[in-house]
Amino acid sequence: MKNSYDIIIIGGGPAGLAAAISAYDNGVKDILILEREPQLGGILNQCIHNGFGLARFKESLTGPEYAERFIDGVVERNIEYLTKTTVLSVSEDKKVTAINEDEGVFTVSGKAIVLSMGCRERSRGALNVAGTRPAGVYSAGTAQKYVNILGYMPGKSVVILGSGDIGLIMARRMTLEGAKVHAVCEIMPHSSGLKRNIVQCLDDFDIPLYLNHTIINIEGKTRVTGVTIAQVDENKRPIKGTEKHFDCDTVLFSVGLIPENELSKTAGVELSPRTKGAVVDQSRETSVDGIYACGNVLQVHDLVDFVSEEAEIAGKFAADYVLNGKKDKKTVETVCGANVSYVLPQKINVLDKENVKLFFRVNKVIKNCTVKVTCNGETIATKKKKISVPGEMETALILANKLGSLNGELTVSVEGEL
Amino acid sequence: MIRELTCVECPMGCKITVKEENGVKEFSGYSCPRGKMYAENEIVDPKRVVTSTVKLVGGGVLPVKTDAPVSKKEMFKVMEVINSITVSAPVKTGDVIKENVYGANIISAKTVK
Repeated sequence: MKNSYDIIIIGGGPAGLAAAISAYDNGVKDILILEREPQLGGILNQCIHNGFGLARFKESLTGPEYAERFIDGVVERNIEYLTKTTVLSVSEDKKVTAINEDEGVFTVSGKAIVLSMGCRERSRGALNVAGTRPAGVYSAGTAQKYVNILGYMPGKSVVILGSGDIGLIMARRMTLEGAKVHAVCEIMPHSSGLKRNIVQCLDDFDIPLYLNHTIINIEGKTRVTGVTIAQVDENKRPIKGTEKHFDCDTVLFSVGLIPENELSKTAGVELSPRTKGAVVDQSRETSVDGIYACGNVLQVHDLVDFVSEEAEIAGKFAADYVLNGKKDKKTVETVCGANVSYVLPQKINVLDKENVKLFFRVNKVIKNCTVKVTCNGETIATKKKKISVPGEMETALILANKLGSLNGELTVSVEGEL
Repeated sequence: MIRELTCVECPMGCKITVKEENGVKEFSGYSCPRGKMYAENEIVDPKRVVTSTVKLVGGGVLPVKTDAPVSKKEMFKVMEVINSITVSAPVKTGDVIKENVYGANIISAKTVK
């Protein structure tokens, strides 16, 4: 194995694969992808449901089908990759230390690095749910791996906490495989999953969704035997007298995803407290020269189509860095205005000559709203939306011809009927 | 009669309203032809693509899907058929695993060498 590459890509999921292909097509052929799992494709391998690729391919693919198109792209280009290889650290001078069965511990250096490690699920421990500690409590993604990759059913009688998309998808999946899903509880007054998943995963199977509800107790000595749920008040405190009990043997948690940035930290990459991912400009370059980030490690996406799009940007600019060196930069920051919880990229290089798509989320449901991007009181971009919800990422386009005139913070706000 | 539907064709999840008066149906709220078709189907015979896995000889599972939507009320029967299937590698994405199951074919959603 070589000990240096032009670009090293950490993670062979949808982001890493798209970044690799894009870097290759933009002129850099000397690329290494490092992947922890035995196969490329990342989380898509266990997402066997359909609905992927509608934006990109105009057809409804399953996760493995979507992944295969990009894996094929990597293989056709003879891009090098190692599976079953865990990266241990990434240094600021772009040396990657990793471990696998064949090489032991080894270090490779890259001229540029793309961080595409994805995200991990919030666990029971992160929420401090009361009760005993029996077997049968899983994150929804873990249950998904059991059912869809390993072929085991983790339980027969299920209560799900959290209405994230993976939880909703697993409600349907477990039901189709013969389990009884009693309820999905969501502490917020709205679902955090896509509307279509409420319809096709819950409504289709008459699975009740309890909004403003949480699990207040998990019971069972060796295995889960039941849970108690209760309604919560506006301060998210359980309301006495609203308790409901379900006998069940399994509890799934679908309570949010956190970008997996342990390696970004070893490289000294600046992280945003809002996104929990790297601070980047529109090229997806982090605070460290030549280190780029894309996909769920940068911001948690709802749709893989957007992950691919973002990764292609990172791959293209990583290639540009290798071929042409450091870019001249003059940046302005993007900030959250009314009802916006984060904006990405956090910095805009005003010397760049291409349109910039801003990604952001609202922090509450807003109807008949206007999205506005302003700079020193001047409107830079605006659009109208029928409805905007926290569970769905929004975008706004800054036209290339506006970039030169930006002379201060860009504020993104969404106002309408609350 | 008025029915409110949420389209599941794409992540936009458009709210479609179906007004029915004297047998005449009027659709509004959809933003593409797929959405209108979804609503037309949904009020007569809702259909869904079923995705699942089948056993692979030698261990593991293979993701599969129906190559067309099947009637919602037949979904569990389709699952019964899927759960009775065992496949051996090699198999390619798109290969027909079982023909004509409640009006659709069960096809492989992954290539296994």
